[in-house]
Amino acid sequence: MSAQPSRPGVSAVAVGASAGGVEALIRLLSALPADWPAALLVVLHLPRDRPSLLVDLFAPRCALRVVEAIDKEPIVPGTAYIAPPDYHFLVEAGEAGEPPHAALSVDDFVQYSRPSIDVLFESAADVFGPRLAGVILTGANDDGAAGLRAVRRAGGVGLVQDPDEAHASAMPIASRDAGADFVLPLAGIVHWLQSQHEAVSP
Amino acid sequence: MTASVDARTTDIELKLLIDAIFHRFHYDFRGYAQASLKRRLTAACERFDCATLSQLQDKVLHDPETFPGLLDYLTVQVSDMFRDPAYFRALRERVVPHLRTYPSLKVWVAGCSSGEEVYSLAILLREEDLLDRTLIYATDINTGALRRAEAGVYPIDRIAGFTENHRRSGARTSLSDYYTAAYGRAVFDKSLKKNVVFSDHSLATDSAFAEVHLVSCRNVLIYFNRALQDRALGLFREAICRKGFLGIGTKESLNFSAHAQAFEELDREQRLYRKRGDA
Ligand SMILES: C[S@@+](CC[C@H](N)C(=O)[O-])C[C@H]1O[C@@H](n2cnc3c(N)ncnc32)[C@H](O)[C@@H]1O
Repeated sequence: MSAQPSRPGVSAVAVGASAGGVEALIRLLSALPADWPAALLVVLHLPRDRPSLLVDLFAPRCALRVVEAIDKEPIVPGTAYIAPPDYHFLVEAGEAGEPPHAALSVDDFVQYSRPSIDVLFESAADVFGPRLAGVILTGANDDGAAGLRAVRRAGGVGLVQDPDEAHASAMPIASRDAGADFVLPLAGIVHWLQSQHEAVSP
Repeated sequence: MTASVDARTTDIELKLLIDAIFHRFHYDFRGYAQASLKRRLTAACERFDCATLSQLQDKVLHDPETFPGLLDYLTVQVSDMFRDPAYFRALRERVVPHLRTYPSLKVWVAGCSSGEEVYSLAILLREEDLLDRTLIYATDINTGALRRAEAGVYPIDRIAGFTENHRRSGARTSLSDYYTAAYGRAVFDKSLKKNVVFSDHSLATDSAFAEVHLVSCRNVLIYFNRALQDRALGLFREAICRKGFLGIGTKESLNFSAHAQAFEELDREQRLYRKRGDA
């Protein structure tokens, strides 16, 4: 479980969660240091049409900077970007020498969801390729399985929360069955993410 | 689309397809945000039975039936009446008092899609007793959507959501005052569009066409890259009168634009801006 990466550290980690995701995300986000060397991109399914309180919920518990993703906002390390409710959250490559940036859309629902985990993961895979890890946490639907496949096809790493431990198992099961590099309890995922820090830090 | 086509090849095909559409149909999608465009065109490949974007390009160039259908993939027709009620509430509270001081008003709804935002504004202005002295320009590049906007007819099952949004926008009246229901459809009152001009206008290729007191352009800029956003915002800056108003989508921002300095924040949360006196 102490999966010390034999590869260079990742630049971004995309995380998808649904039912039971708030608690899981709090545990994950709060475990990462302020100088964590990657960006976190987060989609959590929520009832639409409600102002998101996620940032207010997460920020005080986290050393990382936590923000809601705004269109065209640069994506930089040490920051967690949360998808706003009722928008898809995508990543765009930066132009000449600029970092990648967030892109939003109100395109139709994908997998009955907006934001959709697949949409985030597929676009992030395009931009970050092997420098991306995708993490699928608890949830009661299939969103994220296709996205995680795209992450791995682009050379990135796929991590899935152990379905036996997850609050809702359907989403991790679908993603695991579509193929994952690591199936770990949340503590193991957190450890893997922390090890990215050690991989880069002197 | 086949998974065997690698991502870089798809990027090349995408660029060529967009160029082909520009040269053949004069619709300019070259400055659109790539990631969501790619997703929608990938979906279009399936719909038009094409294995690759190159095949889709062949089809769009040689089969005249294809482009009109493809336009609904290139643009996104998702809208709601009083979407983000707090935005309309802020318009009422922070902008309307200024608008009242003008003897006549012009409002530009850019990227109006099938009209939901236009009717929302018209109803709000009617409630504030300003509609009679207002001319509204409602523009979009999707002519099918413009026709639906002009018709002002929506499926009745959308009305519950519209009504709830309207109520939360600080409404002074009931939405049911503005439509008649028949055969599963809600037909909005013709008097709302008496002073509305619907027209085909592209923020990517056309110029500013009038001086206006308010531009409302919501969830359109998210589909543009930064350069094209700047072009569109440049048009708004040109069109908006001295100390006039601009409203954009709740998750859009002027912060990353070359025109940021020309506007001051009027309501930060609701993305309402006012053009500076010297801009
Ligand atoms: C998601 S809809 C927004 C509708 C409405 N403003 C709202 O917020 O509910 C985006 C609209 O922008 C239009 N659009 C896309 N490109 C455009 C352009 N270059 N010029 C004008 N409108 C454009 C699309 O056709 C579509 O109707």
